[in-house]
Amino acid sequence: MIDYSVLLTNGLGQAVGTSAIFFALLAIGLNVHFGYTGLLNFGQIGFALVGGYGMGISVVNFGLPLWGGVGVGMGCGVVLALLLGIPTLRLRADYLAIVTIAASEILRLLTRSTSQTNFTGGTQGLTGYGTAFTETNPFDQRSYSLLGIGFQRGELWAICVGWTVVGLSVLLVWLLVRSPWGRVLRAIREDEDAARALGKNVFAYKMQALVLGGVFGSLGGIFFALSVQSLTPDFWSPPQTFFAYAALILGGAARVLGPVVGAMIFWFLLSVIDGFLRQATAGTDPLIAFIDSQDVGAIRFVLVGTFLGLLMVFRPQGIFGNKREVQLDVR
Amino acid sequence: MSDEDPLAAAPVTATTDRAAAARATLASVPPEPGAPKQDPILVMSGVTRAFGGLKAVDVEHLEIQRGAITGLIGPNGAGKTTLFNLLTGFDRPNTGTWTFEGRPLNRLPPHRVARRGVVRTFQLTKALAKLTVLDNMRLGATGQRGESFLGALFTPWSRQEHAITERARELLARFRLDAKADDLAGSLSGGQRKLLEMARALMMNPTVVMLDEPMAGVNPALTQSLLNHVKSLRDDGMTVVFVEHDMDVIRDISDWVVVMAQGSVIAEGPPEALSSNKAVVDAYLGAHHDRALEFDSEGNPVGETAELVAAMEHVELGSGPTDREERS
Repeated sequence: MIDYSVLLTNGLGQAVGTSAIFFALLAIGLNVHFGYTGLLNFGQIGFALVGGYGMGISVVNFGLPLWGGVGVGMGCGVVLALLLGIPTLRLRADYLAIVTIAASEILRLLTRSTSQTNFTGGTQGLTGYGTAFTETNPFDQRSYSLLGIGFQRGELWAICVGWTVVGLSVLLVWLLVRSPWGRVLRAIREDEDAARALGKNVFAYKMQALVLGGVFGSLGGIFFALSVQSLTPDFWSPPQTFFAYAALILGGAARVLGPVVGAMIFWFLLSVIDGFLRQATAGTDPLIAFIDSQDVGAIRFVLVGTFLGLLMVFRPQGIFGNKREVQLDVR
Repeated sequence: MSDEDPLAAAPVTATTDRAAAARATLASVPPEPGAPKQDPILVMSGVTRAFGGLKAVDVEHLEIQRGAITGLIGPNGAGKTTLFNLLTGFDRPNTGTWTFEGRPLNRLPPHRVARRGVVRTFQLTKALAKLTVLDNMRLGATGQRGESFLGALFTPWSRQEHAITERARELLARFRLDAKADDLAGSLSGGQRKLLEMARALMMNPTVVMLDEPMAGVNPALTQSLLNHVKSLRDDGMTVVFVEHDMDVIRDISDWVVVMAQGSVIAEGPPEALSSNKAVVDAYLGAHHDRALEFDSEGNPVGETAELVAAMEHVELGSGPTDREERS
C-alpha cells in the first residue's frame, strides 16, 4: 500500500526546505540574468560556489567573523561576475554561456584539487565555519512539528533565515524590475541595438544585471553552506545550474515570484515522485515490479523531466508566465 | 488590420514655411558631389569603410543641411546603410571624421551618439516585441532618474515617469497608435511598427533623425501617412536624413538628394534634377543600358557587344586576384 499522507507531508517539507531555498536563490539570480536581461548564464552554480567557499575560507583560514565571511562571499560573486562579464558581454550571447559553464567547472576542479587541501579542504571538504550560525539558533527544542511536517531545530533555523533572505531578494527584484531600470533590461533582452539607438549604455546595464544575479547566486551558496555546515566540491556541479533553470522555467521566467514558486514545485515533485517510487518498488510484493528500487533515484528525474516537457507543450509560459508574450511569433 | 485604414493619415501640417525655407537655402547650392551647404549640421570628410577587399563606403566630403529633409538613394550595395551605421556609431570607419554641429562625432559609441541628438531607426524595425507600445515609448525618454540602478531604488522617479507617460501618449496620439498603447509591440503590423519606431525616436527630442528605409515593407495605403509624418518632423525643426529606394517617395518629400553608388557619393542635387543626371541614370540602369546587344547564331557576342564583354572580363580578371589578396 502507498501511504499518501507521508508522500504529501514529505513533499511539503521539501517544498519549504533548504534545497528549495537554495534553488530559489539560484533561480532568482538566473531570472535577473536570463528572464529579464536575456543573458545566458550556464554557470550559476559557480557563483554559488564562490559565495559558499568565499565565506568558508575567509572564516576558517583567515579567522573572519561569520558576517564578514558572508560579505566576502557576496564580494566573490561580484568579482566573478566582473571577471566573466568584461570580456564576454560585448560579444554575442552564446559566448557568455560558454564562458560561464567553463568557469563553474574550473572553480569546482580547483576547489577539489588535492594541492589546495590546506586551503579549500580539497575533496575532504571544508567545515567549521558555521558555528556562529548554529550558536545563534533561537529554537531550543530538538525538533518541531508544523502542520504535521517535522523539522530538526537546526533545519528550522536555516529555513527561517533562508526564507527571509528569499523574501528580501524577491522584494529587491520587484522594486528594480518595476522601475525604468528594469524596463531598460527588458529592452536589452528584446533588442540590444534598439536600446543602443535610444541612448542606453547596454554594456553597463548587462554588467549590472550580471553582478546582481551573480550575488543572488552567491547568497544561495552561502545559505546552503550554512545549512549543511560542510562544503564538498563535487556538490557544485553543472547539473545544479540546470535544475535552477528548470525551476525558473517551471515557475515562469521574467516573473518576480516565478523562480521561487518554481523551486518549491520542483522539490515537491521530486520528493513526491521519489517517495512514491520507493514505496511502490519496496517490499516482497511491490506495486511496480519492473523497476528496481535502486533505480528510483535516476527514474525520478526522468519523470520530472517528462513533466517539464508536458508543461512546455501545454503551458509554455510556466506557472506565472504571460501567455500573450510567449505566443508572439519571434521576428 | 486597422493600420490599413485610409483615414489614419497624419495631420497635414499647415506650416510649409520650413519646407520653403529649406528649399530656398538649398537653391544656391551647386548640384555636385561634396557641395558645401550654407548651414551644415553634419559634415563628413574622408570616410571609408572596407569589408575585406570591398570598399563599402568611400565618401570624400558630404554636408547635410540643417532643417532639411535629405534623401540618400542608390542601388543595392551602394553603402547607404553602412554609412548610416558609421554615422550613428554602430560601425567603426577605417578612416575619416565627421562632425555634428561642429563637434566631432566619430569614435563615440552608439548610445552617446543618440544622447547627442542623432537618433536613428532601422531598416528591419526593432520594435521591442515583449514590451507594451507605451513601454517602448517611455524607453525613449532621456535623462530618466529611475534608469540608474541606485536611482531606481532610492529616488522618487514616479513623478518623472508620469510626465514621460503623458508625453508618450501625446506622441502616440499624433501617430494614431493611442488605441494600441497597452498592447504588446509584437502584436503590431509592419507599418505600425515603423510608426512606433519613429514615435519612439521622437521621445528623445532629437536634432537629427536618421530613417533607414522608413517605407520598406509598408502597405502602400500607409505610405502616404508615413510620408506626412516624415515631413512633419522637418516642420517641427528637425533635420531628417533618410535612405530610400522608391524614386517617387524621394521626389515627394526630399529637399535635397544624395546619390550613392559603390560606396561613393556620385551626385547631389534637388530632387527635380535627379532624372536628368547622367551619373545617376548610369548607376541605376548601367552605362550601356541604351545599347542593343548583338549575338551570332551560336550565342557568342559580336560587334560592339563583344568589345563590351571583353572589357567586362578584363575588369573582372584585373580585380580578381587583388581581391583575394586583401581578404587573406
